[in-house]
Amino acid sequence: MGDWMTVTDSENKNISQYTSETKMSPSSLYSQQVLCSSIPLSKNVHSFFSAFCTEENIEQSIAYLDQELTTFGFPSLYEESKGKETKRELNIVAVLNCMNELLVLQRKNLLAQENVETQNLKLGSDMDHLQNCYAKLKEQLENSRREMIGLQERDRQLQCKNRNLHQLLKNEKDEVQKLQNIIASRATQYNHDMKRKEREYNKLKERLHQLVMNKKDKKIAMEVLNYVGRADGKRGSWRTGKTEARNEDEMYKILLNDYEYRQKQILMENAELKKVLQQMKKEMISLLSPQKQKPRERADDSTGTVISDVEEDAGELSRESMWDLSCETVREQLTNSIRKQWRILKSHVEKLDNQVSKVHLEGFSDEDMISRQDHEQETEKLELEIQHCKEMIKTQQQLLQQQLATACDDDTTSLLRDCYLLEEKERLKEEWSLFKEQKKNFEKERRSFTEAAIRLGLERKAFEEERASWLKQQFLNMTTFDHQNSENVKLFSAFSGSSDRDNPTAHSRPRQKKPHSVSDGSPVCTSKLARSLPASPSTSDFCQTRSCVSEHSGSVSALNVTPEESRPSQAGRECADQKWSVASRPGSQEGCRSGCSLTYTNSHVEKDDLP
Amino acid sequence: MNFSEVFKLSSLLCKFSPDGKYLASCVQYRLVVRDANTLQVVQLYTCLDQIQHIEWSADSLFILCALYKRGLVQVWSLEQPEWHCKIDEGSAGLVASCWSPDGRHILNTTEFHLRITVWSLCTKSVSYIKYPKACQQGLAFTRDGRYLALAERRDCRDYVSIFVCSDWQLLRHFDTDTQDLAGIEWAPNGCVLAAWDSCLEYKVLLYSLDGRLLSTYCAYEWSLGIKSVAWSPSSQFLAVGSYDGKVRVLNHVTWKMITEFGHPATINNPKIVVYKEAEKSPPLGLGHLAFLPPRAVAGPLSSPESKYEIAEVPVSLQTLKPAADRANPRIGVGALAFSPDNYFLATRNDNIPNAVWVWDVQKLRLFAVLEQLSAVRAFQWDPRQPRLAICTGGSKVYLWSPAGCVSVQVPGEGDFQVLSLCWHLSGDSLALLGKDHFCLCFLETEEGVGTASGQRGDHT
Repeated sequence: MGDWMTVTDSENKNISQYTSETKMSPSSLYSQQVLCSSIPLSKNVHSFFSAFCTEENIEQSIAYLDQELTTFGFPSLYEESKGKETKRELNIVAVLNCMNELLVLQRKNLLAQENVETQNLKLGSDMDHLQNCYAKLKEQLENSRREMIGLQERDRQLQCKNRNLHQLLKNEKDEVQKLQNIIASRATQYNHDMKRKEREYNKLKERLHQLVMNKKDKKIAMEVLNYVGRADGKRGSWRTGKTEARNEDEMYKILLNDYEYRQKQILMENAELKKVLQQMKKEMISLLSPQKQKPRERADDSTGTVISDVEEDAGELSRESMWDLSCETVREQLTNSIRKQWRILKSHVEKLDNQVSKVHLEGFSDEDMISRQDHEQETEKLELEIQHCKEMIKTQQQLLQQQLATACDDDTTSLLRDCYLLEEKERLKEEWSLFKEQKKNFEKERRSFTEAAIRLGLERKAFEEERASWLKQQFLNMTTFDHQNSENVKLFSAFSGSSDRDNPTAHSRPRQKKPHSVSDGSPVCTSKLARSLPASPSTSDFCQTRSCVSEHSGSVSALNVTPEESRPSQAGRECADQKWSVASRPGSQEGCRSGCSLTYTNSHVEKDDLP
Repeated sequence: MNFSEVFKLSSLLCKFSPDGKYLASCVQYRLVVRDANTLQVVQLYTCLDQIQHIEWSADSLFILCALYKRGLVQVWSLEQPEWHCKIDEGSAGLVASCWSPDGRHILNTTEFHLRITVWSLCTKSVSYIKYPKACQQGLAFTRDGRYLALAERRDCRDYVSIFVCSDWQLLRHFDTDTQDLAGIEWAPNGCVLAAWDSCLEYKVLLYSLDGRLLSTYCAYEWSLGIKSVAWSPSSQFLAVGSYDGKVRVLNHVTWKMITEFGHPATINNPKIVVYKEAEKSPPLGLGHLAFLPPRAVAGPLSSPESKYEIAEVPVSLQTLKPAADRANPRIGVGALAFSPDNYFLATRNDNIPNAVWVWDVQKLRLFAVLEQLSAVRAFQWDPRQPRLAICTGGSKVYLWSPAGCVSVQVPGEGDFQVLSLCWHLSGDSLALLGKDHFCLCFLETEEGVGTASGQRGDHT
């Protein structure tokens, strides 16, 4: 390594020499190098030659050179000797060739040297670079080593601290333990002393008692004018075993009464809770029944069977007066069925949630696409028509021009036809304007159509959002049974609001969906709202709202139920729902679209007489 | 709201008769019985010495006057003014005297709690009960007056004896697992007896009438324990106030804690209404006020009007730094009272002495907080409706109801400082007791409610 270092050192010096030789352009550097290397060489050669060959020793020199050259593989400088004795002649050509070859060789060598030198330089710089890198890395290594040591030191310190803290904690714990022990021991000591003192005190008390009470203290007495009667008018009774027994009896009677009272209360509470559960269950069943067709229809999966179970249960329970049953059986039945129902409801709501989100994501864009397709088709058609018209106009124009041309050709005929042409021209002009108008109309129509399509898209979007929120709210509301009434009222107002807002959509939208029935809302609230019906507006309003409601429910049913399967009872429920929506919207606008004078208290409604 | 004129009074001895017809008050050695409505003197009795305690018999026919210094009890009849009875405990001394629920027996506790003497007004018979325990609340009658529970101490152990009041026969006698029994209290239904240990140990024991231990409850160890205990009128809850500033409510089914009411010094919940008493600046101007440091010197002559303001949450209440090195530190829940309809619980935390906390028992949460300008002396619920009367030792009486809060200046000259108060049975009037005087405050129901709600309306 030391060797290497020295070498590199010299190299470095060299390089520094070069580099210190200023900021010349590489080419100049190069030339200088060449100079540097070539000059001493030439000098050498010169001096060599001056010393080597003189007038006297030409022969020897030549011989020597020849020898040298032949040893280097050049051809001999002498001509081929014809005889041994004859003096060999210097072959000038060979000499020249040799010279030339030597020169070429020299040049080549110079070039090679140059190359080697540049190579060397390059390598040197590379070396330098590597050296630098090495140094840097070494430094880095050193740094990281130092850092590591520092970190290790810190780690050690922290560990030390931690140990100290642990020690402290332990000490503290010990202290706490010690203090607790001290407290406990003091407490026992205190108690012991207290007891001792108390004993003494009791002794004293006893003594005092004897002193005070036993000396026939005349003062201890009651002076009373006359004894009064007892509050209950009875006389005091003697204490006997009988009275003792009676007292016991009475005490147990009191206790028993208390327990009975409490039991009664608990029973009442239980009954109340059962009632609530039952009601909840009923409502759940009523909520979930329209939904059940779907799973049944799809596949006889578990939910379907569960629901049927539930139905049976319900029937059974409603048949029997369940309150009188012993707790165990009823409770089990009830809780199980409610649990099942709850599960179904949960999954249902989840499904609905999913659907809503899906609708948001896909359905909306789907419908948008459809409308755009429609629109495009229509525009295409219109464009085609326009094209057609244009073509017609063009042909007519051509014809006209042809005619005109022919007229130009033949003056006489033109003269003859002049009047004719004028007439025709007039007619054509008229037609032209007509076409133009038609075109304009088409254009206008197209524009209006695109506008309508855009609006439709927007409205559809709004409606979708509305529907999603409504659905969500509805099912959220259905889950809260405790605050049924208040919640329902809330739901209700929200519902009415949405229906109001949705009205234009409902009108602009083709009503192909039939209003069917997911029953929303509990029987309790429907009945309540039905009561508020009489004060509600005219039948026209009814129709209006009903249409909205049916829109809503229709969309809901589209999600879950095929309309054909919904049953009249559901329809009735749906009708009840409409009732409350009506009650909530007192000032509805537009007139009735058809003479619908339905009485909404009937359980059969779905006549759907709206366009 | 009307106020009667001011009458003389000594030792805060003023009581309505249980039937609500009369009002008995003491002036030195005289006992004055007035009609509760007209306040005309009905009877006037003269005792042998300064009266230190009075009590009406349950049937409102007799009044007992205890003269502890002399070891005497004098009993007066309302029906027969000439009838008299004097019970002398002689050299045994007297520290407490009370009626039995039948109104025909008097229970006298002698000095040093040597014994309890049961004197009968009907017969000559005298009964003695030995070993009564000297404690905070060692004697408790059931609401129906059938039974007496008595804390006893024998051989360094605590016992409870249950007596039948009709013939003073011992019904049950059992020892309680307490270090130092501090008090006993019957549930209003008379079937459960709560017994609690002294403040050194947090322990509540619940006994059935027949002496069975129903449950024990201990919230924590080591630090000071129970300070106050109250049953709800329905016997459904037992509220236990302790030195850690919390009220723990036990239920009557499992006897476990159902909730814990802390008394934080800052109230953050915006649902809670915090009524803050504020002085109305007197019309005389600021110069007048500057001379008078608030309420410490505030004599009745210059006592400023006050009103309630609804404070914006978060509110921080004035707290007292208790002296840790003294005995009986002023910390913890020292007063507890359920409203008669069970809906509310009023509490006072002694290290926030200016505040009364009203808790909603149905929802088990804080309902309202009243912060007074000075420390709350006493509060009592109207026996008929959820209405709380509060006094702070100033010349005002404060009423709270769920509708709102009102502060009423007691009219009259002189230094009338309301130190205590007691409601009439009907809830129509309220006796306000001062050091030397008392007066009655008549609350006409409609008007009272009107002002209360008006007050609230002003501030909300």
